[in-house]
Amino acid sequence: MWGAICRTMTNSGAPSAGIVVAGHGSFAAGLRDAVECVAGPQPRLATLSNHGLDADGIATALVEAVDRVRANVIFTDLPAGSCTIAARRLAKARGTITVVTGANLPMVLDFLLTERDGALGATLSAEKGRDAVFVFTAEQAPVTEDGSHGG
Amino acid sequence: MAVDLFRIDDRLIHGQVVVGWGQPLDLAFFVLVDDAVAASDWEQELYRMGVPPEMELHFRSVEQAVADLAMFQARPDYGMVLTADIGTMRRLADAVPVPRVSIGGIHHRAGRKPKLRYVFLTDDEENALRALAASGVEVTAQDVPSAASLSLDALLAATGDE
Repeated sequence: MWGAICRTMTNSGAPSAGIVVAGHGSFAAGLRDAVECVAGPQPRLATLSNHGLDADGIATALVEAVDRVRANVIFTDLPAGSCTIAARRLAKARGTITVVTGANLPMVLDFLLTERDGALGATLSAEKGRDAVFVFTAEQAPVTEDGSHGG
Repeated sequence: MAVDLFRIDDRLIHGQVVVGWGQPLDLAFFVLVDDAVAASDWEQELYRMGVPPEMELHFRSVEQAVADLAMFQARPDYGMVLTADIGTMRRLADAVPVPRVSIGGIHHRAGRKPKLRYVFLTDDEENALRALAASGVEVTAQDVPSAASLSLDALLAATGDE
């Protein structure tokens, strides 16, 4: 139901440019799976794993993924990652692509669900992703008057 | 010796190197030896972005690395020397003492045969590794610190079925 609503939302209006999520191992496929659990199928989203590829192989696969969904934003996992290196090289060559590192689910969901686009959209979604990081430390159980830990 | 890790990895600086090796081993510096990167400010900035501020990243051509390796080895902290290919490491090992070389990643490309999940080699590359070993360098394969280090014989005998 929610997925259907989201599909309707994301399919309305002019079609947006796509995005590529790229990273180590199954990071991108896992992120895609999580996005689609929340928001339904995402035809704007292409994924890429660096697994088993050298730098040239990653570059080739990235061009294919970017062109397939007409992406102008690439989300990657680690700033130091080989996908980020390839993405930044492609961004330099094309001059129209924004690269966002440290991608997380709130960030990519925000980008897709609010129909964001391009550098400004990527900047706003990156902020959302950053804002979604909280640390909840273990809470101390309240101490009662007799010194025992209450429940 | 400050540098005991000489790594061949076609991705050079990336997550596995910085996070996988650098942080647990508390490496203070990396020396990226590559003639093309040493000649390009833009390429250097690209790799520098991947290294946290507490780690130093130095760029050297092979010629510069040969001149400066003793200086790096004299440091009180620990570092890693990286090349993207076997040929660059051989040029380095021909000129300065390189006790052991670890293959961290030579990935699939046309003409290469699978050895390990992260190592694919052409016949010429296999011969280059044998020559490196014959010159007195201990050659092993290991992608991350927690993985087993494989000898060159075990690597060359592997067929990608691990």
